[in-house]
Amino acid sequence: MSQILKPPRQVFWTRGRIKATLFQAGFIVCLVLLVWFIFSNTLANISNQGIASGFGFLEKRAGFDVALSFIPFTSDSTYARAFWVAVVNTLVLSGLGIVLATILGFSLGLARVSKNWLIARLATVYIETFRNIPLLLQMFFWYFAILRPLPSPRDSVEFGAGFFLNNRGLSMPRPLFETGSSWVFAVLFVGFVFAFYMARRALRIRKETGHGVKVIHWWLLGLVIAPAATWFLVDASMGLSVPVLTGFNFRGGMVVLPEMLAALLALSFYISAAVGEIVRAGIQGVDHGQTEAAEALGHSRKDLMRLIVIPQAMLIIIPPLTTQYLSLAKNTSLAAAIAFPEVISIVAGSTLTQTGQAVETIALAMVFYIAVSLAIAGVMNYLNYRVMRQRV
Amino acid sequence: MKKKMILSFTSVAAAMMVAGIGSAQASTLEEVQDRGYLQCGVSPGVAGFSNPDDDGNWSGFDVDFCRAVSAAIFNDADAVRYTPLSNTERFTAVQSGEVDVLSRTTTRTLNRDTALGLNFGQVMFYDGQGFMVRKDSGINSALDLDGASVCTSSGSTTELNLADYFNENDMSYLPVRFDRADEVLAAYDGMRCDVYTSDLSGLAARRLVMNDPSEHKILPETISKEPLAPAVRHGDDQWSDIINWVSHALIGAEEHGVTAENVERMKSEGSVSVRRMLGATNDTTGEWLGLTNDWAAQAIGAVGNYGEMFERHVGPNTPLGIERGLNALYTDGGMQYAMPIK
Repeated sequence: MSQILKPPRQVFWTRGRIKATLFQAGFIVCLVLLVWFIFSNTLANISNQGIASGFGFLEKRAGFDVALSFIPFTSDSTYARAFWVAVVNTLVLSGLGIVLATILGFSLGLARVSKNWLIARLATVYIETFRNIPLLLQMFFWYFAILRPLPSPRDSVEFGAGFFLNNRGLSMPRPLFETGSSWVFAVLFVGFVFAFYMARRALRIRKETGHGVKVIHWWLLGLVIAPAATWFLVDASMGLSVPVLTGFNFRGGMVVLPEMLAALLALSFYISAAVGEIVRAGIQGVDHGQTEAAEALGHSRKDLMRLIVIPQAMLIIIPPLTTQYLSLAKNTSLAAAIAFPEVISIVAGSTLTQTGQAVETIALAMVFYIAVSLAIAGVMNYLNYRVMRQRV
Repeated sequence: MKKKMILSFTSVAAAMMVAGIGSAQASTLEEVQDRGYLQCGVSPGVAGFSNPDDDGNWSGFDVDFCRAVSAAIFNDADAVRYTPLSNTERFTAVQSGEVDVLSRTTTRTLNRDTALGLNFGQVMFYDGQGFMVRKDSGINSALDLDGASVCTSSGSTTELNLADYFNENDMSYLPVRFDRADEVLAAYDGMRCDVYTSDLSGLAARRLVMNDPSEHKILPETISKEPLAPAVRHGDDQWSDIINWVSHALIGAEEHGVTAENVERMKSEGSVSVRRMLGATNDTTGEWLGLTNDWAAQAIGAVGNYGEMFERHVGPNTPLGIERGLNALYTDGGMQYAMPIK
């Protein structure tokens, strides 16, 4: 019975790695075929029905106007220009929303873990309210909450200094930069970079030697003194365009549209509730021993949070925070429902119907959202990498 | 292992199935007949044109056209399923075959007729774009609107006309654009805008559902031509013919005094051309369209003639109170004129 049992010869394609590769290759081939089929079928159907296709329409005259644009746009501009207007509007809304949601969210998170009963409860009520109501509903709420109670332009609420609030938005003076202001801006920029560098240097010195270096005077020099000196040196002048009530509405100055205001409030309040919970989880996720150790070393409650807990909490906070930022950027699309001229409203709305090229316009909108999402994810991953590295 | 294999087989099978569906193409009429009902794209609630009641039954001028087509095909005016479509959805719905016919206050333009792949039928309603303002605003002419905030629906000829009109008259304005008509209305009613612009028929319909209709008025200017016509997609001439000739039958019925009530009697008592239209002679008008010979009689029996449709839903005796105007028969100084059915 000393016969050695030879294992049965294995057919080569059933071997683990080869098998896996074969299946994966097969899957990819199927996927490519499917996509190719859908693509070619769509094109064939479109050309069968004589529907225009391709991106040539981007060079054509759009013919419609847009309420809000940060780049020059008239009805004579092209669809491509309208696309960029929509992109900039969406980015501005997302950017402001992210900043606001972050500030609000971190405050909420800290309030949630506060020892003050009232503050902690208020934060809980806020979070439970805002994250449990659908965002679209909140958009409508803010839109009509802003519109309904506000007076018409003729009976505007006047704050003085050229600020007026009415149901056409918030009108305010707009500075007009005239002679020499480019110098002032250049100096301001250089001053900022310089002060930033000095602050980084101070941080490094503290890390290496443990000695703190004051930097407030560098910031003062860079941001205030140097630009002001330049102002007088080149004798710059600045005008002011003040809003004046003419006919229906205010002319001159600049205006924050109620659509912008409502969209911004809805987005940042909604996302800040989620951010608040993430921050709370992050703070509570830091080992309690850390807090006890810091207390034993005699850190104040403020320093304990600032120097010990939050830096470690960031490790936990950043990855889910990325998701919230992504969600905010994508949720700007809901602002189309309250007439905010963003990508869905202009590209997948007006442009789509005027040109009838649904496939192309929706593809454009999709590419935009993917690009924005990847950009946000990229920045946040970099941040995450920095925080991780600091820890080691 | 087994799971994976099943997965890849199913994906191949799915791809093949999709391919199979893509290659089979029946005529629209056959498709509709096989399906047993007509898919009709309508407005999502415009009083007088297409509006669902409390029980979800649609009625209105545009809806009646769908009912007429359904009656012509099935001898049954109720074999219709309605798809409410917003401005931005409507053309894609026709192009993709989601609806067989779009009967939805849609303006016929060159661009839509060609690049958007649509074929328009007979104009069912000659309309134009106007402006509605609050009576207490003190505005009496569209030329007073410099600087106004204007509420409008996105994705319609409206927003283009608006830009052109304000440009030509050297006026500025702020467009506040919503996808859905009820949102436009809510914003205008919520004082967001000084003006609501749309087709005049649409303005008349929307004014009815305002908090207080008597607070609003429509300015005298009409700034555009809006010939509203049903539309089908390119590539099926027979189907396009059916849509066209149902319109002609409805208008022709009014010309000849055929009504829903007297249509059966007219089959024997009418003139030769009436009897031919109603399929009571041995002409084969129905066969040429791929329908039965009494297609026109069925359509008229279901919804009445063009005049009856108009009076029932949008005419002077309805809440909308729209005069016949351009929509009167050519014999009464209007533009509605039926092609001879022979």
